[in-house]
Amino acid sequence: MTYTFGLDTFGDRNSDADGKPLSHAQTIRNVAEEGVFAEEAGVDFFGIGEHHTEYFPMPAGDMVLASIAARTERIRLGSAVTVLSSDDPVRVYQRYATLNAISGGRAEVILGRGSSIESFPLFGYDLADYEELFEEKAALFAELVKGGPVTWAGKTRAPLIGQDVVPHTESGPFPVWIGVGGNPQSVIRAARLGFSLALAIIGGPPARFAAYSQLFQRALEKFGRPPLPVLVHSPGHVAATDEQAKAEFWPRWRDIITVMAPERGFAIPTEESFDAETGPDGALYVGSPATVAQKIATNLRVLGASRFDLKYGMPGLTHEQLMTNIELYGGQVIPRARELLG
Amino acid sequence: MRPSRLAVLGAGHVGPVIARLAIKAGYPVAIATSGDPDNLALITELMIPGAQPRWARDAVAEADIVVLAMPLHRFGQIDPGLLNGKLVIDAMNYWPATEGVIEAFEHGGSSEIVARRLAGSVVVKALNHIGYHELEDRARPAGAPDRRAVGAAGDDPAALATIAGLADRIGYDPVRLESLRAGRVLEPGGPVFGAVLPLDEFEQAVREDARSFA
Repeated sequence: MTYTFGLDTFGDRNSDADGKPLSHAQTIRNVAEEGVFAEEAGVDFFGIGEHHTEYFPMPAGDMVLASIAARTERIRLGSAVTVLSSDDPVRVYQRYATLNAISGGRAEVILGRGSSIESFPLFGYDLADYEELFEEKAALFAELVKGGPVTWAGKTRAPLIGQDVVPHTESGPFPVWIGVGGNPQSVIRAARLGFSLALAIIGGPPARFAAYSQLFQRALEKFGRPPLPVLVHSPGHVAATDEQAKAEFWPRWRDIITVMAPERGFAIPTEESFDAETGPDGALYVGSPATVAQKIATNLRVLGASRFDLKYGMPGLTHEQLMTNIELYGGQVIPRARELLG
Repeated sequence: MRPSRLAVLGAGHVGPVIARLAIKAGYPVAIATSGDPDNLALITELMIPGAQPRWARDAVAEADIVVLAMPLHRFGQIDPGLLNGKLVIDAMNYWPATEGVIEAFEHGGSSEIVARRLAGSVVVKALNHIGYHELEDRARPAGAPDRRAVGAAGDDPAALATIAGLADRIGYDPVRLESLRAGRVLEPGGPVFGAVLPLDEFEQAVREDARSFA
């Protein structure tokens, strides 16, 4: 199996060394720098997740990806995720087909139903409709990425009749994944539509997702499709030592989860729960390069996955801490994980 | 005495977890969504071995206990007549921050509103307040030192006893709340929602919450 390794960001708002938050604009410029540096460091993929909050000021990540594309040669670039439910699939296709053009065929999209729900009221969608919105829009997106005239009708947007949607890609469809949290029916949907599977594992033992990976491959067989890759997306932070990585990450993690807990139903983290999540059976990849590489290799094997995307950063970390994280991830974690995976 | 048969309605995040726990505890379990059971065949085979995928009406017809484990905004699509005479566990939550505002659930406890619509059923609120991953990970046999508590709330003492027994068999110390109204303490925003507490801390948290006296 060929393994690839990525980095994802939500545009986590940076602070300076004194803990003072940087502006949204500076944070966005820093993300662009980090994406360019990720290629230098040896990372295969750089993803930007759509968010609309004060602490994740990243609603138009595709524009940042385009700026990174113009300054890089090799690294693949994509969303992580695009909240398709509150967007127009035609526009999403057009934006990423444009990114694909600028980058010379390096674009990818990870579609999400939107567990970050702030985009629904912002764009005038009713959260109660999220299931229908995502189902319809994902099906339309599957038609759009095939290329060629699209004929489609549904309830969530105007119909298309033999519509030629531009720009055309140069070499067929770009990779599309569906992000899945823990709903087996979402896994079946990804297989039915012929999208690859992105497992978002943000808490608890990763091994429990092995069944989702098996379900995906069996469902692909059932729908008469060839095998497709599975990727794992999880949060983490790499520093020189385990102690340093934890000391930098813990207060930022505690603070942001505490802010998000009421709206997302997360339990407030404790030092005990943090130790469990950063341990061998937890979902956080926080530690030295050796610790993180070992955990990645173990879990890719257990989960039958061929790509790992580390969601790096947290609101309140500094740009310099993130650059060190990227350097260690590209320079040490990835080579070590490849070695462990043989 | 034959064991109670369960019908779990919903195969998203929560339904498969409750189904697995119940199968492990020895209950015969059928699982259903609003659609064709053929679409559930792979999910049950790989993720809920032992569960029978059925049409909802068939699963319910043969069940003693029906578990509502679908998103709350789908509840309105259920025919209340289907559930007549059944003991129903309401494992759903009204949680506008994640699922949006549902006008019918804006005032009062969500399980009380569910019970009013299911006038021919006996409703117990349970298994709603622990996250679905944790519900599975934290289950322990009776007497385990790290066993946790779950709340069960209902107006019918016999039904409440049955569900408390089920909670115990699937791995939790049951805490009975003697009315659906008192069960508001188990809802999002309440003191035990999202928390996985040992029995003494759970009881204390519930006692300290003014709503449990309401």
